[in-house]
Amino acid sequence: MTTAGETRRRTPPSLAGKRDRWSWLVIPATVFLAAFFLVPLVAMVIRSVTDPVDAGISNYERFFSQEAYARVLVNTFWIAVLSTAACLAIGYPFAYLMSIVPGRWSGLLLIAVLLPFWSSLLVRTFAWQVLLRDTGVINRFLLDLGLIDEPLTLIRTTGGVIVGMSHILLPFMVLPIYAVMRRIDPEFGRAAANLGASPFAAFIRVFVPLSLPGVLAGCLLVFVLALGFYITPALLGGLGDQMISQLIVQQIQQRLDWGFGTAMSVVLVGITLAILFISSRAIRLQDVFGSAVED
Amino acid sequence: MTSEQPALVLRDLRKTFGSAVAVDGIDLEVRRGEFVTLLGPSGSGKTTTLRMIAGFMSPSGGSIEIDGQDMTRVPPYRRDVGMVFQNYALFPHMTAAQNVAFPLRMRRQSRPDVERRVSEALDLVKLRDLGGRYPRQLSGGQQQRIALARAVVFQPRLLLMDEPLGALDRKLRESLQLEIIRVSRELGATVLYVTHDQEEALVMSDRIAIFSEGRIEQLGNGEDLYDRPASLFVADFIGESNILRGRYEADGADGGWMTRGPWRWRVGRVAAEQAALEAGAAAALVIRPERTRILDGGSDLVPGSNVVDATVGEVLNLGPDTKYELTLEGGQRVSVREPRERGGRELHRGDQVRLTWAVEDGLLLADRDVTST
Amino acid sequence: MSDSWRQPRRILMVGLGALTVFYLLAPTLVIVPMSFTEARILSFPPEGFTLDWYERMVTDRQWSTGLANSFQVALLTAILATVLGTLAALGLTRGRFLGRTAVNALVLSPLIVPVVVIAIGMFGLFVQWRIAGSLVGLVVAHTALALPFVVVAVATSLRTMDRNLELAAANLGADPRRSFQHITFPIILPGVLTGAIFSFITSWDEVVIAIFMTSARFRTLPVEMWEQVRQAVDPTVAAVSTTLLVVTTVLLVLLLVVRRQAPAQ
Repeated sequence: MTTAGETRRRTPPSLAGKRDRWSWLVIPATVFLAAFFLVPLVAMVIRSVTDPVDAGISNYERFFSQEAYARVLVNTFWIAVLSTAACLAIGYPFAYLMSIVPGRWSGLLLIAVLLPFWSSLLVRTFAWQVLLRDTGVINRFLLDLGLIDEPLTLIRTTGGVIVGMSHILLPFMVLPIYAVMRRIDPEFGRAAANLGASPFAAFIRVFVPLSLPGVLAGCLLVFVLALGFYITPALLGGLGDQMISQLIVQQIQQRLDWGFGTAMSVVLVGITLAILFISSRAIRLQDVFGSAVED
Repeated sequence: MTSEQPALVLRDLRKTFGSAVAVDGIDLEVRRGEFVTLLGPSGSGKTTTLRMIAGFMSPSGGSIEIDGQDMTRVPPYRRDVGMVFQNYALFPHMTAAQNVAFPLRMRRQSRPDVERRVSEALDLVKLRDLGGRYPRQLSGGQQQRIALARAVVFQPRLLLMDEPLGALDRKLRESLQLEIIRVSRELGATVLYVTHDQEEALVMSDRIAIFSEGRIEQLGNGEDLYDRPASLFVADFIGESNILRGRYEADGADGGWMTRGPWRWRVGRVAAEQAALEAGAAAALVIRPERTRILDGGSDLVPGSNVVDATVGEVLNLGPDTKYELTLEGGQRVSVREPRERGGRELHRGDQVRLTWAVEDGLLLADRDVTST
Repeated sequence: MSDSWRQPRRILMVGLGALTVFYLLAPTLVIVPMSFTEARILSFPPEGFTLDWYERMVTDRQWSTGLANSFQVALLTAILATVLGTLAALGLTRGRFLGRTAVNALVLSPLIVPVVVIAIGMFGLFVQWRIAGSLVGLVVAHTALALPFVVVAVATSLRTMDRNLELAAANLGADPRRSFQHITFPIILPGVLTGAIFSFITSWDEVVIAIFMTSARFRTLPVEMWEQVRQAVDPTVAAVSTTLLVVTTVLLVLLLVVRRQAPAQ
């Protein structure tokens, strides 16, 4: 079961010949995922062309030929782009701050990022609902201060969706950028200063280019995750802010139109994979999503 | 006298990785209680050899015998060979004492036995009070001692050490060298020691095996290697050498000559006999820097010595000695070490001098590396 | 770069940082005080102080079974995902076999496929397999979702572990089984626990798959909450939210402790 001698050479010397029995340990997880993850996805693809029985590609034709669906698709992309931009605008300076403050502080800032990262998406979206409602915290506050006379329309708007989504996705932007920035040797900045660069020039010409891999990874991660969002646009968005996930759930749960719902799911996965495939030429995906295999 | 069984015998040991040959036929016998060092540049196969003896790698050919038993295919955990790793490999989740106890526990020794032998081992390395500490709470030198205690506590048949002092600074290294010698003498242990530091090898070893490109170039004690190097590689690797390259001309039973351009140097009879070169062969004359003398230009030649004209280059003050870098006429560089004497003469860059050495101080060796002549 | 800091820039950066931390934390935390309000509707600032809404959460049949179900699902998910994921990580980092990259991609792919799509795919088939709307179905689905976290956490600790330690163990007389038991496993244990905690949280907070995979008879806390927030909301939802947050936070703190206790390499 060993691959060629090439790979053997790069592996550290270990208990000679006893290596291959480790390989068997991947079988339980592989079988599990094949049965409960891969098979359902394949079944979904099959269903998209066999439901109704003589469907063929008609479900896909329906999706791509009607303007209403095209609008949802465009809208999905648009919201994903805006969320990514918002995350980058907030996340880049924050990651920079994390990378330059002393260790104790950067640890605290990291916790400030990780806590929301791991807390419930539904709870966080609900919190934004409570904040943004016409009778919500923000409007009450502004009314009490007399800054406004009538409640602002904050919820059920594209802006509301972007605010909520970028809040939830921000850690996915900050973490990869920070991971790259902390590895940038501060000596580079000193070297640039020594060579006559002003602090601003050193930042733009040396620091920013070196941090780009993290920026690319963060943008990819946020964008891809944003494409599949369901809960947040459903609770914070208006009718015009519908994203493709909402459409999919609607077709399956309310219309019971499995053929069309699965076809749209296939489109969503296809778009996601295409984006990942294209970006895999520019960045190492294992740096973005992690990997168990060393290369 | 009865012929005692050697502690370790390697026969034609080989290891290849794909097409690369790491160890290319090693033969070695280590006597019981002997301290043998494998010395060589990195990539010369010494660590690979050690790892095969420990059983971490299986040889591509040849055999390994420990105490007369063939161990070539025995897994490492049944070899009963102690090893000190370069980075110590102390178990981070165990205290120092637990680390030392580990090999005894693996051998299912009784609890009182384990306790007694652990404290003996900690005493041996003078760290009795630090048994409760975790490795991260110990200094580099202390970690090193714990690693040593752990490797000897189960009285292995053989103790392997893989550059155990590589990560330490010079002063600590020197004191630990003595410590390792003391411990191994006290235990009468047979030690196979790997290093790339020739001073360390000379200080510690009974015998040294010089490794180059997967082979043992020469095996002997420090004196053998320094005074009677078997090859140009050994001469170059052990100590400093001045190497004059040229062609050898035999002169009957009375030694011979080295020629290079207009120069002709006498080769002693003993040196010529040892080298046993054919007439006209590419050869090198090796003279240690402390065996060369500088004469002022135009001085008379002492009978029984060779001479060559040179120009003084760098002058380096080495404390008790002065080292001169000289350039010979053909452009070759040599160095000379002379003690600094009060009121002695001073040489400066650009001075014209003559370099001289006694005929019997010149070693003749085959020059396998002709391309660089 | 810290030595090139200038005062105005410093103030700007610290201000921005404080604002971002506020943006990250405050919106979520606004829920917490609301859960103690005496008013019958969600209000901020809260009026008075009461634990009524928590009492309601524990006594109300729907909420309390949801809470119990969530715990059960998260615990089972953590166990299953940790076992499968740890084995897979060992196989992937130590094994040398054909298709290793493919298996690696498969194990990590639940991170990449949108959750809605996973939910629909699984639901479609699990209905036929008669495990939809049940504990088994949800645990299976959440395990698939949590596996990547375990694999990455354990693989990372395996990769950062010094392989010489295992050679040393063998050298000192430990056969492979005892070497794993006494050396390898204790050293990767913090990674395994990290994976376990991550999988618990993943399941504990998950709502999209749970919406499909649960039924009127079997609901988790987030699904119950999802049903509520789309209708009229009373402060019980805030109490539930706070509970969800507190459990996650406690687990993350536990994680920090585990990692700090871990032997430094």
